[in-house]
Amino acid sequence: MSIKGKVWKYGDDVNTDVIFPGKYTYTITDPKEMATHALEDLDPKFAKKVEKEDIIVAGRNFGCGSSREQAVTCLKYAGVGVIVAKSFARIFFRNAINQGLPLVQCKEAVENISSGETVTIDFEKGKLSCKKGVFNFPPLPESVLGILEDGGLIPHTKKILKIEKGE
Amino acid sequence: MSKTFAEKILALKSGKESVVSGEIVIVSPDVVMSHDNTAAIAKKFKQIGVEKVKYPEKIVIPLDHCVPAATEKYAVNHKEIREFVREQKIENFYDINTGVCHQVLPEKGHIIPGTLVLGADSHTTTYGAFGAFSAGIGRSEVASIWATDEIWLRVPETIKINIKGEIPPEIYPKDIILHIIGDLGADGALYKAVEFSGKVIREMSIGGRMTLCNMAVEMGAKIGYVEPDEKTVQWLAARTDKKYEIVKSDLDANFEKIIDYDISKLEPQIACPHTVDNVKPVSEVAGTKINQVLIGTCTNGRLEDLKIASEILRGKKVFNRVRLLVFPASIEVFAQAMELGILQELVKSGAVIMNPGCGPCLGAHEGVLAPGEVCLSTANRNFKGRMGCKEAEVFLASPATVAISSLYGEITDVRGDIK
Repeated sequence: MSIKGKVWKYGDDVNTDVIFPGKYTYTITDPKEMATHALEDLDPKFAKKVEKEDIIVAGRNFGCGSSREQAVTCLKYAGVGVIVAKSFARIFFRNAINQGLPLVQCKEAVENISSGETVTIDFEKGKLSCKKGVFNFPPLPESVLGILEDGGLIPHTKKILKIEKGE
Repeated sequence: MSKTFAEKILALKSGKESVVSGEIVIVSPDVVMSHDNTAAIAKKFKQIGVEKVKYPEKIVIPLDHCVPAATEKYAVNHKEIREFVREQKIENFYDINTGVCHQVLPEKGHIIPGTLVLGADSHTTTYGAFGAFSAGIGRSEVASIWATDEIWLRVPETIKINIKGEIPPEIYPKDIILHIIGDLGADGALYKAVEFSGKVIREMSIGGRMTLCNMAVEMGAKIGYVEPDEKTVQWLAARTDKKYEIVKSDLDANFEKIIDYDISKLEPQIACPHTVDNVKPVSEVAGTKINQVLIGTCTNGRLEDLKIASEILRGKKVFNRVRLLVFPASIEVFAQAMELGILQELVKSGAVIMNPGCGPCLGAHEGVLAPGEVCLSTANRNFKGRMGCKEAEVFLASPATVAISSLYGEITDVRGDIK
């Protein structure tokens, strides 16, 4: 699997409240509507201009804060194909995998990517190519890859339970 | 071989002889918590194609995030949860008259040492104050656990934080944890287990330990943990007759880091907008004008917090431009505060006493902010837009600092002479 997209670059500690404000957590339930509020309190232009397979590149601790899964859902339905960061907050990392949104952790790449440039990521090879060069990133653990490959945790669990029942 | 608390408990829960930090294990939790997000989780659960939850007795569901319902949408959400709870025969359901999940679960005896608790809420780290391994997870994961009773977890490395010295007057657990978060940063304990220990912890109340563990996630931690002691045992004796075994780190366990803090000279601490690790001593921000103050939430809405506030406010009036909102963390706290006359004192000073719940902490209702307004709060987050408005500012502090500041209409050093 590989992905090619335009970069939206942000800083450190992008939290779940600026990705998807708490005031919407129980009032907006349609993923497409969630997408219209993605990153609303950080970059109001983002939701209007983001295109399919665009890439978010950010600093440390991306997705810190709340456990709200909508912080992933809104980005995914806005079209984001992958998030590259120096590091991810723990629950956000799990939520992204569980919703089938791939993540790349690569400090060096983040430091060399500029906003607006086009980046290519090859997941099998663990390579990210940008204007300034090619950077390697470690593959995700196997237990995690299985979930991602099944399109998220819900389809993954569904598949496993069917296998167990011998269906 | 010597082991940390995290290694021991995850070995126990994964049925392995021993595990090491960094290893990924499949575990079966003892308690699974969800709150107002239960309706959304139930929809995901149905997508899995399973009719019934595997272990209804492991599931605990308090309603707290927007109680009572503020709008029709919230009302429908609550209604769906009540229907699901009935359908699945989930007995541990607490409706809108109970309180904030992180206060309610321990109060109702669901939290005991040596257990694995997972919750669809980032502040699930709170229960580490009772010696449980307790971490936040996402909605899909809760749905999946309901169906399978299993989840993967990575065994975290442990950072041990020793807190030494004598607690200075007017310094509270909130000041201590804000200081630590300010020092280590918002990702200073990313993916780690944080074990709070030392003389100050042993002297600290259970409520104070809950404040510390509650905010461990604000430095990225997977869990917070305090080794249970006689105080824990006594606290639990009044709540539950469940049998438990205390699990603790070996003294010579492989801690990733041991960090010492001497708090003997600590000043009151303030987390400034818009990150929790933007912490400054009160002397640097004293004089900042405020419009609203909030005492409550899962961080500081306990009886001891309300008591401190009422002692500071007794016989005095809240500054005329300031709105003081008080949210007892649970109905039990509310009733005790009422019996002790604490709520009466607060009302006389001009406080608005609200029902137990999360209130405006996450910007849902009951006191959200307007553009340009400033709130000083005892909550745990001050992110931009957190209290419903991205052009507002939120500062975080201890209940004492919040109470004294409400009298002067500006951030005030609680150690100063009362004017």
